[in-house]
Order: sequence, then C-alpha cells, then structure tokens
Amino acid sequence: MTPRYNFAFLDEDTKRMLRRALLKAVAIPGYQVPFGSREMPLPYGWGTGGIQVTAALLGPDDVLKVIDQGADDTTNAVNIRRFFSRVAGIATTEHTTDATLIQTRHRIPETSLREDQILIFQVPEPEPLRTLEPREAETRTLHALADYGLMHVKLYEDIAQYGHIATSYDYPVLVDGRFLTSPSPIPKFDNPKLDRSPALMLFGAGREKRLYAIPPYTSVESLAFDDHPFELQRWDHQCALCGSGDSYLDEVVVDDHGARMFVCSDTDYCSGRRVEAQA
Amino acid sequence: MSALLQVRNLSLHYGPRVGCQDVSFDLHPGELLCIVGESGSGKSTLLNAVAAQLTPTAGSVRYRQRDGEWLELGTLSEADRRRLAREEWGFVTQNPRDGLRLNVSAGANVAERLMALGMRHYSQLRATARHWLERVEIDPTRIDDAPTSFSGGMQQRLQIARTLVTQPRLVFMDEPTAGLDVSVQARILDLLRRLVNELGLAAVMVTHDLAVARLLAARTIVMQGGRVVETGLTDQILDDPQHPYTQLLVSSVLTT
Repeated sequence: MTPRYNFAFLDEDTKRMLRRALLKAVAIPGYQVPFGSREMPLPYGWGTGGIQVTAALLGPDDVLKVIDQGADDTTNAVNIRRFFSRVAGIATTEHTTDATLIQTRHRIPETSLREDQILIFQVPEPEPLRTLEPREAETRTLHALADYGLMHVKLYEDIAQYGHIATSYDYPVLVDGRFLTSPSPIPKFDNPKLDRSPALMLFGAGREKRLYAIPPYTSVESLAFDDHPFELQRWDHQCALCGSGDSYLDEVVVDDHGARMFVCSDTDYCSGRRVEAQA
Repeated sequence: MSALLQVRNLSLHYGPRVGCQDVSFDLHPGELLCIVGESGSGKSTLLNAVAAQLTPTAGSVRYRQRDGEWLELGTLSEADRRRLAREEWGFVTQNPRDGLRLNVSAGANVAERLMALGMRHYSQLRATARHWLERVEIDPTRIDDAPTSFSGGMQQRLQIARTLVTQPRLVFMDEPTAGLDVSVQARILDLLRRLVNELGLAAVMVTHDLAVARLLAARTIVMQGGRVVETGLTDQILDDPQHPYTQLLVSSVLTT
C-alpha cells in the first residue's frame, strides 16, 4: 500500500456521502440516486462509477475481483485491481468464490454468487428511457408515475424490424415491480441471474452521477410482450476450451481465413472447469 | 343531456399581456366546437388552458369522466392529468412533427398510446395499428416506414390515427389542417368528419379557416383580442354575423 493516499483513494467524507447514497439506493430498489461523483484517476467510460462504489465499500479484509467482459486479464480489470491493491493494500483474486467484492463491466460471473458477496456494476447510461426520451425532467416524471409504456415502443420497433426482440444487451428490467431499470450493458443472457440473487447488486454511473441497487432476493423482471416472451441467447457450439454448453460464449476469430472458435467469456469459470477436468 | 366539459370565466395572462379573458362555454358529448379568430386572438391559448397544458390565471374547467364523476382540472395532480390525457383525451397538434415520435415507425406511433394503456400483445397491437392506418387512408404496407418518409398530409393523418386509436372521448385539435394544400385539407376534413361521427367524439378545434368551421362544427366561438366576441350555431354565425369583427371575418372570405 502506498501511504500517500487515504485508504481506498477517496477521502472519508466522500466515502460517507457515497455510503449514504448507497443506503438510499438499497432502500428504493431500482431508483436512481444522485451522488457527487468525483474525478477519478481514469477517464469516464472506464468505470469511474463502479470504482467509486468499490472504494466506498472496501474494508481492509475484503478480497476484490475485477472483471471486464467476463475476463480477469483484460487491461481495465488488471488496472483497477492493481489500483486498489496500491491505494488500499487489499487482497485481490481472480476466483469468483474467493471474492467478497466483485467489480464488473458487461458480465455477471457464471458461478452463482452468495449472500456475503457484493457485485458492483460499471454503468455508462443509467437511464433506460434515455434513447426514447432525451429530457431528464420528463424521464424523472415517467419514473415517478411508473409510466413505462414508452419502453415497449422500443421492443415493438425491434420486433417490427427484425422479427424478434433484437435488444441483446442492456435489456430493460422492472425491479421489484416498480422501477424500470437498466441492468448496465450486460448481455440479456445474464438477466435471469439478477432475479432474486442472493448477492447485493450495486450500480454506479460516474459520468451521469447516479447510483442504484438491486437488493438481495429482489424480483427482477425482463420486459417482453405476451406473444414475444423474453428469450435467452443460444449457441450451436460449446466452449472450445472447457466444453461448457451453458455459459456465455465469445466468438473469437483465430486466423486470417475466417476460422473461429467459441470460448467462455468468463475466464475464471472456464479455467476452473479445465482444472476440474484434469483432476 | 349533461355536458362533458364546462369552462367558466377562464382567463390566462402572460404577465401583463392577455392570452384569453373571461371565456365560458359548455361542450356536450358528440359535439364538435370550433374556435375561430385571427392570429394572436388567443385561440390556441384557450385550447391549451382547457386541455390543462397551460395553467389558467383565473376561472375553472370541469370535465365529466367516463364514470360520470366531475373533475376540476385546476386541482388535478400531475398523475391524474396524465392519466386523463392518456385514457380519455387526445391532442392533435398543428405540426404533425410535434405530435409524432419521428424516430420510430408509423406502426409504433399508432401503438404507443395502446402500450401506455398496458396492452402487451404484439400481434394485437400490430393488427390494431394496421386497421387504423387503413381507417385514415394510409397504405397499411407502410406500417414499418418512418414517419419522416411520409408527406405532410400523411403525417397529419398518422397523427390522427395515433390520437384516436385509444378511442378518446374528447379530442383537442389545434389547426390540424393549416399548412396543408387545399386538396389534402379537404381529404383530412372529410376524414375527420367521418371519424368524429363514427366514434361519437366530442372535439374542440381551433382554426382560422371559416370553411373548416362551416364543414365540421355545429357550434362556433369567435375570438378577438383574447375575448369571445360572438358564440352560437355555426350556420347562424356565418350567415348572420352580429358582431362587427365577425362580419369582417365573414366578409373577408374569398368567394369565387
């Protein structure tokens, strides 16, 4: 740990402000709580919201895992992990089961989470209605009145143009039967993992200065039409490395002739399965 | 028969300037009322005040709901106002681009109000949208086209379909045919007259065009400088105007 910094980089007053906002977010599932987002030593879009939530929650005994698109070894994940081991001196891990805090971008781990774990999402745009309604005052009113017919206009457009609901990530959900919420740009494959999850889910949008939460065991419903129900992505392939047939697969181009392979996007899950298979 | 809408001594001031002053009228179910007058006479201000889109300075507007209960619009909460606008009213703007959602298809525009009412069955939404496009004489094969690819007259008809699809009881129209050429105007007026009759709508329509009033409205209100100068049966007003301003309006219509 570098002693020039306060523990976990942020000063204590800022962390207190964040914790108060987080408590409010947990008390009103899915409601976007404004907070005083700080300048962080990384650019907007790299996870400034998530990193502030993580900083506010970290204790000296916590074990941090950071994933980016499911992988522990991408630039963003490595940097954020290294950042916190420098400014907080905490232990980090790549194993989902060992972590107490998991900061994530674009995925939820395949391994089921537990009650003593917290998942922290980096969110670029917390407002699910934004592409349909640019005025903030209007979207706040729509949330206040739970007037969410507009969201179905987007799903209608999808079916009209593509024959099915083509929205495949950042798929809108209704939290606790009340607030329309963006699940952050996770694939809709991960949406069912949000529903009644034992782990607390926190969402931080640094640029937009909003926090929100899905408390443990809260119902999360993916929107759909009666005759076009919510459906998960499927693959005709299995993971080329671990053989998993039920995880989220990335398609990777492996040579200049268009050859492809499909591999698990969750690197920890994939390597865990391979170790198990060898044993 | 009991009225649907009661407007009493309604005034709306923009600071020291008068928008409309001391206006009273009743609107009955199935009745189409025209508000005529020159530009700046307070027609649109009155319409927006009655439709609860602007807050009046004085006076009251009462509306009788489907369940027979009278609502005082001045004391309505934002939630109730939006519910009324969604479930019982419709508003057709002069410029269809203000009333349409331009970045989604024609079908989605028609279906939006149905979805706002909680309809969640895609095939039914689509069938209803197609049916309404036909009713306003838009080729239903254009259901997935963007409204920006429509002509001005088609856009206005699309806006009418989008407004009427939820079968409102009361529709407010702000110069729906202004800015369209005469033949397109005639078609839209014809369409409006037919739909208003078929659906038994009550409507308040603002227009500066006396021919529109003659064609559609049973009763007409003439406004000048924010005040009502004459009110009565349309034919009576147009054939035997009493007030000097109405006489001027009627005599300035070009006749061939």
